[in-house]
Amino acid sequence: MRIHEFQAKEILAAHGIPVPPGHVASTPEEARQAAETLGGPVVVKAQIYAGGRGKAGGVKAATSPEGAEKIAGDLLGNPLVTHQTGPNGRVVRRVLIEKATPVKKEIYLGIAVDRSRRAVAVIASPAGGVDIEETASQDPSLISKEWVEPAVGLRPFQAFRLALKMGNDLPTTRKIAGIIVSFYTVFLDCDCLLAEINPLAISADGEVLAIDAKLNLDDNALYRHPEIGELRDPSEEDPLEVEATSYNLNYIKLDGNVGCLVNGAGLAMATMDLIKLAGASPANFLDVGGGATEEMIEKGFHILVDDPDVRAVFINIFGGILRCDILAHGIVAAAKKARIRIPVVVRLEGTSVDEGREILDASGLKFRSASTLREAAAFVAEAVKRATA
Amino acid sequence: MSILIDRDTVALVQGITGNEGRFHTRQMLDYGTRLVGGVTPGKAGETVEGLPVFDTVSDAVAETGADASIIFVPPRFAADAIMEAAEAGIRLVVCLTEGIPTRDMIVAHRYLDLHETQLVGPNTPGLISPDLCKLGVMAGYIHRPGVVGILSRSGTLTYEVVHQLSQTGIGQSTCIGIGGDQIIGLSFDRLLPMFEADPQTQGIILIGEIGGPAEEEAALVIADQVTKPVVAFVAGRTAPPGRRMGHAGAIITGGSGTTAAKIEALRKAGVTVATSPADVGATMAERLS
Repeated sequence: MRIHEFQAKEILAAHGIPVPPGHVASTPEEARQAAETLGGPVVVKAQIYAGGRGKAGGVKAATSPEGAEKIAGDLLGNPLVTHQTGPNGRVVRRVLIEKATPVKKEIYLGIAVDRSRRAVAVIASPAGGVDIEETASQDPSLISKEWVEPAVGLRPFQAFRLALKMGNDLPTTRKIAGIIVSFYTVFLDCDCLLAEINPLAISADGEVLAIDAKLNLDDNALYRHPEIGELRDPSEEDPLEVEATSYNLNYIKLDGNVGCLVNGAGLAMATMDLIKLAGASPANFLDVGGGATEEMIEKGFHILVDDPDVRAVFINIFGGILRCDILAHGIVAAAKKARIRIPVVVRLEGTSVDEGREILDASGLKFRSASTLREAAAFVAEAVKRATA
Repeated sequence: MSILIDRDTVALVQGITGNEGRFHTRQMLDYGTRLVGGVTPGKAGETVEGLPVFDTVSDAVAETGADASIIFVPPRFAADAIMEAAEAGIRLVVCLTEGIPTRDMIVAHRYLDLHETQLVGPNTPGLISPDLCKLGVMAGYIHRPGVVGILSRSGTLTYEVVHQLSQTGIGQSTCIGIGGDQIIGLSFDRLLPMFEADPQTQGIILIGEIGGPAEEEAALVIADQVTKPVVAFVAGRTAPPGRRMGHAGAIITGGSGTTAAKIEALRKAGVTVATSPADVGATMAERLS
């Protein structure tokens, strides 16, 4: 789960990490008032989940409250397209008005899960303000890391060692080390999977403060943090994805036109790949769960038929312990209920597969039943050709 | 021969009194797995499918001599169940639970380092050595004993590949789901040398997917230590970056963890990478002939 920058900064501030004074505004009027309260030059920052806002024009400086009002007016209610949003962008519903900080130097701070070492890694670089991936490819020697022993947590000497590598005077180094320790506490307390302060700025008057912050939280641990779960902003998510989540389905909207419904995440990804290899493009990722049940298949169907982009449907179920005849009944019932009118290719495998295929063939629906993955791919390609001809 | 589990494996079921634990206990017993007991705190003295239930893993081990355990415990308690099994001296722990908080798994993994316990999973369908032992939820009947070892980050995609193999008459030595989470126990890199050393195994299939470094790590081990033919498929070439594709570990972050990088690393190590998931079985058949 992601949260907005202003929410992340509230959490940082509560843990003693300095952030610029600021207010959230959802109208140009509120933006002007916020700038008046703060006094002096401000920065207006679009609050959407995607990164790359600066380059896309979503972060702008204003020297007066009227300037802030004008910028907020331009941003609010309009989509902002960044390299992470896709071509349609994300509609800006809120802006963060912050007191502008004269910056002397920028640092990168990140905390992430290192899957190789199965440990948490704290990462710092004196090249702040740019993506860490960019630094990694251009000058990896600028990146320093410390790994955390889970039994004792991040030790102060590790934070100090990282801070030293940022190349500042001793008082500043001590401040940075303190922020690193607090930031690790945030990571731990909120069950983050990824946390970044980029940049952590050293201001002209020697203050160290978080100019931008990102916290990605572990969905599996949200039960420990109900207050963080409430920060979820459904307006940042695709409406079909929100609906799917309410059904407990794993669904991700994509830009193709072949809808697919699969049991199991790996097989679902492989099915998308197969659609691509067949010369078409998947409209979605949809995993109804490894042990597919009639109920989950029916719910999955709802999502597929609600998507106006879908021209053909590919159902790929490997039954396993559940019998295919029961699954076939479920598919037929769901398709009839959903009044599906587009071509449907079904690939069913597992126990009692022959009975299952007979049920599909006898359903009177426009099903095309494939016996192997290869055959299914060919049927899908044909169906798409006809549907888009 | 096989790896990790065989006819001599004697196992417990942690979380045996839950619906899933109960159902799959029956399924595993029917397959011939030597299950000797179950553990659910507070339910000692009950029986499930004729097996005695214990309060703690240490009680169960003392009474039954079990050396393996399969875990069907809800996510909040699963990391603790893994650690309890390790502390009780269980040699192999298979954790099926999906949705364990990552922080809990990091702690559990460190705890395992202090013990002689190997972990498969979590978020795995388990593992099977056909006709010898099944510690998992996969349908036993699709498997045939044979010469191909399978390592996979997926569940149903593995069934698909097993099915393709069985249809070409090729059986399996052991099939292992390594788990779909970010933090897992045994990964490709630790399991590949076991298959290399296993006399029954003549070829290895590796089923990877986007996210994380497991396939790249596997490539290093293959180049260095594996002489048997390896065939791979990496799922997710159409997956958008930054999105978690069902599995907690299946995510492309900051340009790393893409199929392109993984396929290149594997090919450099001499692995035959199938482009289509429909061709994995046939590709293995070619490599073996």
